[in-house]
Amino acid sequence: MITSTHYLVLGAILALIGTVGVLTRRNVVVILMSIELILNAANLNLVAFARELNQIQGQVFAVFIIAIAVAEASVGLGILIALFRNKETVDAGEIDLLKW
Amino acid sequence: MSQFYTAADNLALKPALALASFGCVILLLEFMLGRARAAAARQWILGLSLTGLAVTAWTLWEQQQALDGRRLTAFSGAISVDGFALFFNWIFLAASLVTILISYRYLEIEGEEQAEYYGLILLAQCGMYFLATGTDLITIFVGLELMSLSFYILVGFLRGERRSNEAALKYFLLGVFSSALMAYGFSLLFGVAGSTRLKDIATAIQSRDLHDPILLVGLAVTAVALLFKISAVPFHMWAPDAYEGAPTPVTAFLSVGSKAASFALLLRFFLEPLGALRDAWQPLLVAVAVLSMTAGNLAAITQTNLKRLIAYSSISHAGYILLGLVAGNETGLQGVAVYVLVYTFTNLGALLVVAALRSKVTGRGIEEDLNDISGLAQRNPTYAALMVVFLLSLAGLPPTAGFLGKYYIFLSLIQTGHTVLAVVATLYVAVALYYYFGIVKMMYMGQAAERASLISSSVGMRVALGITAAATVVIGLYPEPFLRFAEISLLR
Repeated sequence: MITSTHYLVLGAILALIGTVGVLTRRNVVVILMSIELILNAANLNLVAFARELNQIQGQVFAVFIIAIAVAEASVGLGILIALFRNKETVDAGEIDLLKW
Repeated sequence: MSQFYTAADNLALKPALALASFGCVILLLEFMLGRARAAAARQWILGLSLTGLAVTAWTLWEQQQALDGRRLTAFSGAISVDGFALFFNWIFLAASLVTILISYRYLEIEGEEQAEYYGLILLAQCGMYFLATGTDLITIFVGLELMSLSFYILVGFLRGERRSNEAALKYFLLGVFSSALMAYGFSLLFGVAGSTRLKDIATAIQSRDLHDPILLVGLAVTAVALLFKISAVPFHMWAPDAYEGAPTPVTAFLSVGSKAASFALLLRFFLEPLGALRDAWQPLLVAVAVLSMTAGNLAAITQTNLKRLIAYSSISHAGYILLGLVAGNETGLQGVAVYVLVYTFTNLGALLVVAALRSKVTGRGIEEDLNDISGLAQRNPTYAALMVVFLLSLAGLPPTAGFLGKYYIFLSLIQTGHTVLAVVATLYVAVALYYYFGIVKMMYMGQAAERASLISSSVGMRVALGITAAATVVIGLYPEPFLRFAEISLLR
């Protein structure tokens, strides 16, 4: 029997992987994917809670998050392409014009 | 039987509707007209965006009249318009008005005169509206993202400029990361309360044991994300980069609009659902506030770039504002409101002067380094004199408005027995004076560099300068109505 706790643990693991990915990876595209993982962890939690509590709000929230994630990805890739045109890199370590 | 769209819903939604519809129309205008015709109609587009703001002001005024100190709850508790929300919305309105007024000339100089720019500013303000009025996790999250997404694009608006690209990417990555954390925190809070309404979450928190891991993780993650948004140390890394690389009018809008909106959300969050847990979060906020003041003020000393310097100083201002929340009594909250109001006009004014330094003559990248302002007093005495007023106000010296904000915050700290904190905060004012006066010294004693630009001024800039300078001086000399406004706004 799979209970809500299982989903919560899975969500926590996904969020953790995402956070570690954001903090350690250098490739901007991979960082974006890691952020998507955190958002999906949130979705998983919401849907699991919505089922457990019989509350539709959680599912509605998840749909909103999915839509927002799409908007975020498109804006982010747009910015990345603009940067790539001026400086051919997707490595966060080489994006170093602005510091201190 | 409940109606689907009541009169109250309509009244609560009006400003957002005005902003969203004007924003969307302006956003699509260039696409519909074609680039050449849109370029010819630039002044009309500016006029249209100002009309949008005027309509918004009218709807806000309507709300103010209808409300009369009460609280209007709409959409079965998803939005609530109260004095608090209106107070912040007037601030957002002033911020976007000043931003639009400065932008026209600036975009002309940069050669990026797309209509989208104005549309995005209005849409960002629409997001801010929901941050200040939202009392439901979904509303808040969507509002936050609407604001943030508009800002990511605005920061990277100078597409040919590498600094702007970089700033946008860094701001985007950290901003989206914090939003994702916030979504995760919200999902856990929903699980604890079984509802997305802040009111229900507050009830759930009161009845729950704080050692419930789900609640604890949810609150901690949400709090971290909120501190990210107000750029408090240790979550401030994005601010200097984003402020430096963004077009200067966007820096101005970002540093006041986004910050005020995030503070509105933070206040609502910490006072309503988290009010019961005061003992738990107060020490943490003290640490964050002191760290912000320390790191912000000390890092500002070594900066050679004007916008970066203002970014670090704005981090320290976030620390001061948090202190008002730490004190948490009536005076403290009033202090927070006054401080945000004053900071808005002062910082807008200071960045306006920085924006005016940019002209076609320089033809360099967006490096507003300190040398550019050197000898400004000889080139343009008015701008230099007003910059001094803004810097005095940022430092918090009387008789400028900045003094009032700091005075109320310090007073509330002493009233609640945080004397040590008040002393530390006062000491940091001295540090701040040091680097603000560095700028003043440059302006009056420095020699204008050979390549120094002329001031680029326009009607819009002069109007904006008038608004910000008048507000900075008037609030400082004649504070009573503004204090009463702030007081009324916090009555619940």
